[in-house]
Amino acid sequence: MIPAGFEYHRPADVASAISILKQHGDEARVVAGGHSLIPMMKLRMADLAHLVDLQDIGEMKGIQVGADTAVLGAMVTQHEMITHEGLAAAIPLIREAALQIADPQVRYVGTVGGNVANGDPGNDMPGLMQCLDAQFELAGADGSRTVAARDFYEAAYFTARDDEEILTRIHIPVPSAGTGYAYEKQKRKIGDYATAASAVLITMDGGTCASASIAMTNLADTPIWAEAAAAALVGTSLDEAARAAAVAAAIDVIDPVSDNRGPVDFKKHVAGVILRRAIDRAASRAS
Amino acid sequence: MKDEVQTPAERTANLKGMGTSRKRVEDVRFTQGRGNYVDDIKMDGMLYGDFVRSPYAHARVVSVNKEAALAIPGVVAVLTAEDLEPLGLHWMPTLAGDKQMVLADGKVLFQGQEVAYVVADDRYVAADAAELVEVEYEELPVVVDPFEALKTDVVLREDLAGQTEGAHGPRKHHNHIFTWEAGEKDATEAVIAGADVVAEEMVYYHRTHPCPLETCGCVASMDKVTGKLTLYGTFQAPHAIRTVVSLISGIAEHNIRVISPDIGGGFGNKVGAYPGYVCSVVASIVTGKPVKWIEDRMENLMSTAFARDYWMQGKIAATSEGKITGLWCHTTADHGGFDACADPTKFPAGFMNICTGSYDIPTAYLAVDGVYTNKAPGGVAYRCSFRVTEAAYFIERMIEVLAIKLNMDAAELRRINFIRKDQFPYQSALGWEYDSGDYHTAWDKAMNAVGYDDLRAEQAQQLEDFNAGKTRKLMGIGLTHFTEIVGAGPVKNCDILGLGMFDSCEIRIHPTGSALARLGTISQGQGHATTFAQIIASEIGIPADDITLEEGDTDTAPYGLGTYGSRSTPVAGAATAMAGRKIRAKAQMIAAYLLEVHDDDVEFDIDRFVVKGAPERFKTMKEIAFAAYNQAIPGIEPGLEAVSYYDPPNMTYPFGAYVCVLDIDVDTGEAEVRQFYALDDCGTRINPMIIEGQVHGGLTEALAIAMGQEIAYDEMGNVKTGTLMDFFWPTAWETPNYQTDHTTTPSPHHPIGAKGVGESPNVGGVPCFSNAVHDAFKSFGLTQTHMPHDHWRIWKTANGLGLHG
Ligand SMILES: Cc1cc2nc3c(=O)[nH]c(=O)nc-3n(C[C@H](O)[C@H](O)[C@H](O)COP(=O)(O)OP(=O)(O)OC[C@H]3O[C@@H](n4cnc5c(N)ncnc54)[C@H](O)[C@@H]3O)c2cc1C
Repeated sequence: MIPAGFEYHRPADVASAISILKQHGDEARVVAGGHSLIPMMKLRMADLAHLVDLQDIGEMKGIQVGADTAVLGAMVTQHEMITHEGLAAAIPLIREAALQIADPQVRYVGTVGGNVANGDPGNDMPGLMQCLDAQFELAGADGSRTVAARDFYEAAYFTARDDEEILTRIHIPVPSAGTGYAYEKQKRKIGDYATAASAVLITMDGGTCASASIAMTNLADTPIWAEAAAAALVGTSLDEAARAAAVAAAIDVIDPVSDNRGPVDFKKHVAGVILRRAIDRAASRAS
Repeated sequence: MKDEVQTPAERTANLKGMGTSRKRVEDVRFTQGRGNYVDDIKMDGMLYGDFVRSPYAHARVVSVNKEAALAIPGVVAVLTAEDLEPLGLHWMPTLAGDKQMVLADGKVLFQGQEVAYVVADDRYVAADAAELVEVEYEELPVVVDPFEALKTDVVLREDLAGQTEGAHGPRKHHNHIFTWEAGEKDATEAVIAGADVVAEEMVYYHRTHPCPLETCGCVASMDKVTGKLTLYGTFQAPHAIRTVVSLISGIAEHNIRVISPDIGGGFGNKVGAYPGYVCSVVASIVTGKPVKWIEDRMENLMSTAFARDYWMQGKIAATSEGKITGLWCHTTADHGGFDACADPTKFPAGFMNICTGSYDIPTAYLAVDGVYTNKAPGGVAYRCSFRVTEAAYFIERMIEVLAIKLNMDAAELRRINFIRKDQFPYQSALGWEYDSGDYHTAWDKAMNAVGYDDLRAEQAQQLEDFNAGKTRKLMGIGLTHFTEIVGAGPVKNCDILGLGMFDSCEIRIHPTGSALARLGTISQGQGHATTFAQIIASEIGIPADDITLEEGDTDTAPYGLGTYGSRSTPVAGAATAMAGRKIRAKAQMIAAYLLEVHDDDVEFDIDRFVVKGAPERFKTMKEIAFAAYNQAIPGIEPGLEAVSYYDPPNMTYPFGAYVCVLDIDVDTGEAEVRQFYALDDCGTRINPMIIEGQVHGGLTEALAIAMGQEIAYDEMGNVKTGTLMDFFWPTAWETPNYQTDHTTTPSPHHPIGAKGVGESPNVGGVPCFSNAVHDAFKSFGLTQTHMPHDHWRIWKTANGLGLHG
C-alpha cells in the first residue's frame, strides 16, 4: 500500500490546472478529495507521474441555490452538501443520498466532482445526478461545455469527459414544490458501496403522477437512468400495478455483476425491493 | 495519623484492589496518541524491508531476477531462498511441528506467499524495488477444497514426499497432515446405532482472520560490536520468540533481547513466527543496521495466520425424552500450505475435545484430520482458547439440530442435559476435568432476564403475521450456553515446541511502599497494567495506583509463555497472587518483629498486619516495606521482593449463557440484532469494567464472524476478501447494544478463583448470533446452513425455503 513516486502540482485556478494536464497528457490526473484516487494509487492500479491538486481553486467551490437551479462547485464536499440548509430545503434528495455515502471522515473530504467524475459504478452521486437531470460543466483548453449527467457515463471509469478537461460545476434543476423523493440503498456496512441503490423523484398532480425520474446505482457498469420505469408511473395513481410495473421495467434494464456482495439473481431481486421501497417513500412524500 | 481515622471500607477502597472498576491506566497514553507501537520505533540508519509475494496459489518458481530492483539507488539487498539457504534459514520450524518456507524455495503454496525480501534505505524505495523484482512462475493445479485435497494426485508438499509419519502420527495421503482422536469410537458408534433419536449435520465454521487493528511487524537490530540482537516486534509471546530465534539462528539466548512494545490487538494473529521476522533479522545481521518490516493490511489478511476453517461432521444421539447419550464428530481441518497452528504440542487440533460443551454426555468420540491446501497457513486461536470456538459452535449447533429433531424447545433441551452443580469436578467423555460450574443457575437467570417465554410468544405472533402477509420480517431467538477451557496450561500436558506453559510474576516492593511488578505475559489491549496491579493491591495491601507493571522486555521480565488463549489471568494472574503471598509471608515476619509478638500473633488486615485481638496495634505495609530495607532484623534478609513461576494444576472453565434476538428481512437478507444478553461466569471478577469492555469487544468480533467476516478464496486460490471493503469489520453503526450480566463461580484451584474472560464472548457469541439466524427460519424447515450470515446467504436461505413467493 505504498504508491509510486509522483510530482505534485497545486494550481490556483482552472486555467493553470488545464495547462498542466495539457502538458503532461495521460501522465497527469487531477485529485480532489483523493478518497477514490489515492487508494488506487496505493494499490498501484493508478500509476501517475503528475498529480494536480484542485483544492486551491476557489472558482470550483461553493453552493448557490437559485429559484430554478442549484449550482455546486465540483470541489464541494459531501459534508457541505449535507450541512447546507438552502440546498437541503430546495433539493432534499441530495442530503438523503449524501448521508448514505461512507462515514463522516470520508464525507469531510470526498467531493461531489470527484464522485461524479470518477466513473466508478459504485459511486452514489452519478445515479443521483441522473435522477435530478443535472448538467456537468466541463472546462478545457478551448473553453467550457456542458454534458447532461444522463449522457455522461459510457462504461466503468469511462465518461464523456476528455482527459484534459476538468469538471468545474454541476447545475441541478430545483424540483417543483411538493416533489416526492427518496434515496434508498442497501449496503453490507458503513463505508461499503451499494449492493443496490436507487434514487426516485415523483411529482403528483391531483391524484395522478405527473412526472417521475428513477436511477439505479451499482447495478451495471454505469448508473442506469430507468426511463421506462419512470414512464410506468406517469399518468397513474401510483396504484400497486403501476409500482410493480415500474420495478419490473427497472429490473429489465439493469445488468449487475456477481461479486462478494452476492450473485446476479440476488442483486436483481434486491434491486427490485430497494426500488419499490424508494418509490413507496417518494410517493408518500409527494403532494 | 490520618490513617487511623479511616474505616476498613475506606482503606479497602483506597487500594483499588480486586472487584474495583478501576480506570485503565494504559488509556492515559493511548487516548493522547502517546502509545509506542513497533512502527513508532525509529533508529539511526534504519533500513526497511518489503516483500515480493506470489500472485499464484500454486506455482513453481522458475527464476527470480533481482537486477532491475538492485539498480534503484537506495536498494541495499534483495534476499531469496538461495541467499538464506547457506544459513539454513530458507525454511523455519512452525509451532505445530511442521516447517515453513521463509522465502519460496522452488515453489509457492498460497497466494501472497513470500518470494523475495527487498531491503532499502527508504520505505518507498523498498516498495518500488519490490515491483521490479521479476519472478517467473509456472502455474500448477490449485487445490482449495480440503476434501478434494485428500483425493487428488496433486502433491502440495513435495518436500515431504515419502514421509508417511508426521509430527502427530501417520499421514494417510500426501496432502494429509495428521489424524487426532479423543474418546471412544466403538462405544460411541454403538450408542448412536441403538439410540432413539440421532441428529446428523455438517457444521462448517468458515475461514476467517483475527485482523488486529495493528498489523504484524518488527524492527531487528544487530549490534555487531556487542554481538547482541535486539528484536522489537508485535509478539504475543516475546520470551518464546527469543528462545525460538536462538534455536533457529544459533545466537546464544543471552545475546538476544526481544521487546514487545505496545501492541494494537493480537487475537492469536501475533503468536507465531513469520518470514518477516526471520528476513529482518538476517538483513540486520548482514547489513549491521536496524531493519524495520511492517506488513500492510492486505498482506496481513492474505498471508499471516488465519483462524477456523473446520468442517465438522456431527452425530448426536438422545433418548426420546431428550437425554443426550452420545456425541460423534469427525472434523476435516483445512490448515493451508504449511501446518502453522499455534496449539500446545500434544494438541494438534487444540482443545477441540471440549466439544461436549456444557452437557453431561456419557459417550463421545472425536477425530480430526488436518489437511494441506493452497491457502495461507495459520489456524490460530482468534480470541479463543485453541479451537474452542469451533468446538462451542459445533455443540451449540448440534443441540439446536437435535431440538428440532426431538421437536423440543432448545432451552429446555439444554436444561435437562447440563452438567449439574453437584457433578463438579466433572470428567468429560473426551478427557477433561471441568473444575467448577453452576450452569442451571446461570441459565435460569438468563432466561428470566430476557423473558424467554414472552419472547417465544412474540415470535409466534410475528410468524403468524408473516404468514398472513402483514410483515416481511421474521424474528429469531438465538440461545447459547458455552463452556470455555482456558489457562493453558499444566506443564505435564501443555507445551509449545517443548516450552512448558507456566507463567510468571516478579514483584519488588520499594522502601517507601510502592512497587514494581513484571510478568511473562504481554498486554495487547487487555489492560494488564490495570488488573494485575489490582491483584497485588488486594494480596499485599499496597494501593494499585502505587504499583507499576511491566511486561514484554525479555531482558527484564521473568520468562513466560505470553498472552493468548485467555491464559494471562489463569496462569500469570495466579503467579501474581502467589508472588504477592510470598511477600506477605515475609511482611508478616517483619511486622511481628516490629510489634514484638510471635509471627502467629499477627494477621493481615487490608493494608497492614495487626496484632490478633488488639487491632489498635498494627504496622502498615508502608512501614513494613521501609523496615524491610532499613532495619536490621535478626534472621531476615533485607529487601522485600518475590518471584513466582506458576504451573497451573488444571485449566479453568469459564462459562456463560447468551441470548440474541434479531429480526430478518427476508427480502433483502438483512438481519438486525434487537437484543443481546450476555451472562458470563469468569469466576472471581478482578475489574468489572474491564470485563465488560472485553465482553463488548468479543461480542462485536463474534458478530463480525457470524454475520459476514470471512477469508474467501476462488477456485484459483485467489483471496477474494483481502481488503477491509470486503472483509467485514463492524463499525459502531453495525454494533448492537449489549446487556451484560454475570454469576460468580470461583475456580477451586486458582489462588484467587479467577478464570479468564477475554475470549468467552467470541466463543459464546458466534453460535448465539448464528443460532438466532437459524431459529428465524426454523418453522420453515431449516436445520443447518453455513456462516457467515451475510445478506446474500440469508437471502439465499429465504429463497431456498420458498419465502420469495
Ligand atoms: C471507505 C470509503 C467508503 C466510501 N463509500 C462510498 C459510498 O458509499 N458511496 C460513494 O459514492 N462513494 C464512496 N466513497 C468514495 C468517496 O465518496 C470519494 O471521495 C468520491 O468517490 C471521490 O471523490 P474525491 O473528491 O475523493 O475524488 P478523488 O479521489 O480525488 O478523484 C476521483 C477521480 O475523479 C477525478 N476527478 C476528481 N475531481 C475531478 C474534477 N473536478 N474534474 C475531473 N476529474 C476529477 C480524479 O482524477 C480521479 O480519477 C468511499 C470512499 C472511501 C474511502
